[in-house]
Amino acid sequence: MTGTSDGFVVFDRVQKSYDGETLVVKDLNLSIGKGEFLTMLGPSGSGKTTCLMMLAGFETATHGDILLDGKPINNIPPHKRGIGMVFQNYALFPHMTVAENLAFPLEVRKIGRADREAKVQRALEMVQMGAFGGRRPAQLSGGQQQRIALARALVFEPELVLMDEPLGALDKQLREHMQFEITRLAHNLGITTVYVTHDQTEALTMSDRVAVFNDGRIQQLARPDELYEKPVNSFVAQFIGENNTLLGRVKEINGTALVELDDGEVIDAIPVNVRNRGDRTLVSIRPERVEIDPKRLTPGAHLIHAEVLEFIYMGDIYRTRLRVAGNDDFVIKTRNAPDQRRLRPGEHIEIGWLPEDCRALDAP
Amino acid sequence: MTETATAPAGTDTGPVLAADGLPLKRSLRRALRAQKLRALMLIAPLLIFILVTFIAPIADMLFRSVENQIVAETLPRTARAIQDYDPDSGTMPSEAVLAAFTYDLTAASERKLHTRLGTRLNYEYTGVSSLFRKAGRRVDDFGETYRDQFAAVDPAWEEPATWIALMADPDWVAEYRAWTAAGEAAKAARREFTQAQPLFRLRDEVADVLPETASAYAEFARIAQVEDGDDPAAEDPWAPVYLALYRDLLHVGPGAIAQLGPEAEAMLDAAHDAVEGFETVNLADLYLEADKDWGDPGVWGTIKTFSSAYTPGYFLNAVDLQLTPDGVAAQPEDRQIYIMLFERTLFMSLMIMGSCVLLGYPIAYLLSNLPLRTSNLLMILVLLPFWTSLLVRTSAWKVLLQQQGVINDILVWLGIVSNSGRLILINNQTGTIIAMTHILLPFMILPLYSVMKTIPPSYVRAAKSLGATNWTAFWRVYFPQSVPGIGAGCILVFILAIGYYITPELVGGTSGTFISNRIAYHISSSLNWGLAAALGSILLAVVLILYWAYDKLVGIDNVSLG
Ligand SMILES: Nc1ncnc2c1ncn2[C@@H]1O[C@H](COP(=O)(O)OP(=O)(O)OP(=O)(O)O)[C@@H](O)[C@H]1O
Ligand SMILES: [Mg+2]
Repeated sequence: MTGTSDGFVVFDRVQKSYDGETLVVKDLNLSIGKGEFLTMLGPSGSGKTTCLMMLAGFETATHGDILLDGKPINNIPPHKRGIGMVFQNYALFPHMTVAENLAFPLEVRKIGRADREAKVQRALEMVQMGAFGGRRPAQLSGGQQQRIALARALVFEPELVLMDEPLGALDKQLREHMQFEITRLAHNLGITTVYVTHDQTEALTMSDRVAVFNDGRIQQLARPDELYEKPVNSFVAQFIGENNTLLGRVKEINGTALVELDDGEVIDAIPVNVRNRGDRTLVSIRPERVEIDPKRLTPGAHLIHAEVLEFIYMGDIYRTRLRVAGNDDFVIKTRNAPDQRRLRPGEHIEIGWLPEDCRALDAP
Repeated sequence: MTETATAPAGTDTGPVLAADGLPLKRSLRRALRAQKLRALMLIAPLLIFILVTFIAPIADMLFRSVENQIVAETLPRTARAIQDYDPDSGTMPSEAVLAAFTYDLTAASERKLHTRLGTRLNYEYTGVSSLFRKAGRRVDDFGETYRDQFAAVDPAWEEPATWIALMADPDWVAEYRAWTAAGEAAKAARREFTQAQPLFRLRDEVADVLPETASAYAEFARIAQVEDGDDPAAEDPWAPVYLALYRDLLHVGPGAIAQLGPEAEAMLDAAHDAVEGFETVNLADLYLEADKDWGDPGVWGTIKTFSSAYTPGYFLNAVDLQLTPDGVAAQPEDRQIYIMLFERTLFMSLMIMGSCVLLGYPIAYLLSNLPLRTSNLLMILVLLPFWTSLLVRTSAWKVLLQQQGVINDILVWLGIVSNSGRLILINNQTGTIIAMTHILLPFMILPLYSVMKTIPPSYVRAAKSLGATNWTAFWRVYFPQSVPGIGAGCILVFILAIGYYITPELVGGTSGTFISNRIAYHISSSLNWGLAAALGSILLAVVLILYWAYDKLVGIDNVSLG
């Protein structure tokens, strides 16, 4: 999916450096389709905001082209790009009322008064804030301000909306509610959305595709399910969701890989980015894919010895920490079902998993 | 567990009690009182300092601007007597008023107060000062004729002892003798003698029988004793005391004289019989002889007008009006300067404020948008003027702005102005505005900078992403948020400018000086403190009114120092 030029938004070999010494964005190639909801996910300082700012026109790319609808936009000033933007701190103009804030983009586009008012009202109703037009931003709660910021970014009907951690300041419940609202609006209006977040749950639940950033590069660009279940490298595997890792060395590789773990145990795994015999590898297994009841496993599945270290009751699930193959941080998650076993610390058990849930990745 | 937490729920009526059984409100108050007391003690030194150095001088200034006790204190008898005088009659006041004035002026010139009074009245009526000085030199002779005639009737009238016997309270005489004896004894024993003289007291009846004489003599005795440290029993009374005696005896009945006892009666009766035939002098003529301007009813009208203890006169003067015997009138054309000075001060302060905004805003904007290191460095340059003396900076402007100065030289060298057409940049309004804009600029930049620093760049970015051009984003989004800084800067600069003194004094010449320079002139040169106080009070009122208007228009909460 790299190097394409047929998307609505295209980053073509884009590089960015602020100080002329280090590259903050290294060779970014990304194509975003029309109407797509794409999320940029990554740790702090990985260059997400920088990418967004280059797209919005507040930073210039040091090298490479950014295309919008097929046209290069490197030399178009921000106010002519017609891109809606929601800022992390909302950036609602404090000296204007909510309605004036919303009318601002329409005013600067010289839209007539009657038309303007109708559009503002429609935008307010779209975010269920119809009655708040006369208030000042300071008189609104965080969630309400967030909605107004969203409405303001959408009121002039841009085809592309950028959002930089728009939900970062909200509490969990409101955040979940707003995640739903934003995706609903984006899909209903058919807008292309580029969304930046730290929060992997947010990325997984909202997006059509997720771009995982690290160190100025996209590590993986994929649908959420693919990203979670089929991480292509150890960074993505560890960054997305909870993950158990076992270190070892590739013993044999033909279709599946045979990995000898550091304590001598040998297991099957799917080779993802290991190529040769003798490579160091990091084997990753998701906690919820580990089975403690051998009866549920297909015959022939590999069993391995484990010692229970800790058992945590979490309501809907049990979280158990085990020692497996010398790793004390091996976590499993089991559903709280009537027939489920509660393990006791000190117990010795046999655990197992399907070979396709076990991925041999590069060792960091 | 949960039950025990609701223990005091049973007492749901009556006041809430604290743990020690006292009402909660009272124990809270007591707890807070200690805190308040501590807070008060912390601010007490500053509070006292402010009271002494700021509030008290302002109160004193406000008081001085209406206070006028000097006339009533120096000329008490005249102030009372002159109330019936009508200056429109075109004549001098009656002999009774002139007599009262003579006693007052004699006392004043003995105490050397008449020149001060003359100066005070000269503010209101030009020329009065020299009248007082001249008359003050002669007034103690104004009863000479009568003294000679009384002496001719009975030489005892020239004896101080006669007067003591006639006027003094016998108890005082006894006390006085005792004091003198004690003094002698101490002197003989070479002891130090520090006991104060017993103060002269009039005898009871004399003030009723011989009112003017009693009043004049008592004044004489008091001044002799207190001011000169002399012995009234050994001093000849002033000539005007004889004038008073003559005037009293003309009116007194023989029955009244009898009240003063047999000894006095004999002497007074003889004098009483003689006064009818005395050669008289006209006081009015004596004054005209001293200076013919005493015949000007305006002089007497001024004394009458300003004889009350409080006067609006200074305030009227401060707005180019004057208080005349006929009421409020405009000052003569050539003395109308204060309204013009107030207007000029306001106008120039506004100009200075405006140029500070124009020059300071871009700088503050630049500073607030630069990286911290650079902006700190530049901020030092902004603050640099604070580290040099005001006097040095102002003098530097003198060097720069003179006609043969650096700026003119450069302009001539560049050919922008011709050598003969060198610009006049100093000793006028231009000079004051240039120098004061420079001096007050940091007071504009600092609040602007600290407000602009708090405006996140995301606002302007948001505006641009919404389609606003650079200018619209600035004008509609950035500028309104910087208004509190402009407000704070403007208030600071304006209030500092309106009261500025030293710079206009040095570079303002005559056309570029402020009202404060005039105030300083009245404080230190003309010594008309009342007028200075009135001008100062008006300045204070103008600032307060402008502050109030600003609050109404912009809202003082919209002022932010960051
Ligand atoms: N204006 C700037 N000048 C210099 N360096 C900058 C600037 N803005 C960002 N950087 C650097 O560029 C790198 C990427 O920053 P960026 O803001 O894009 O990260 P991010 O992925 O958005 O992080 P976060 O999740 O914390 O917002 C960081 O190392 C940062 O220090
Ligand atoms: Mg960021």
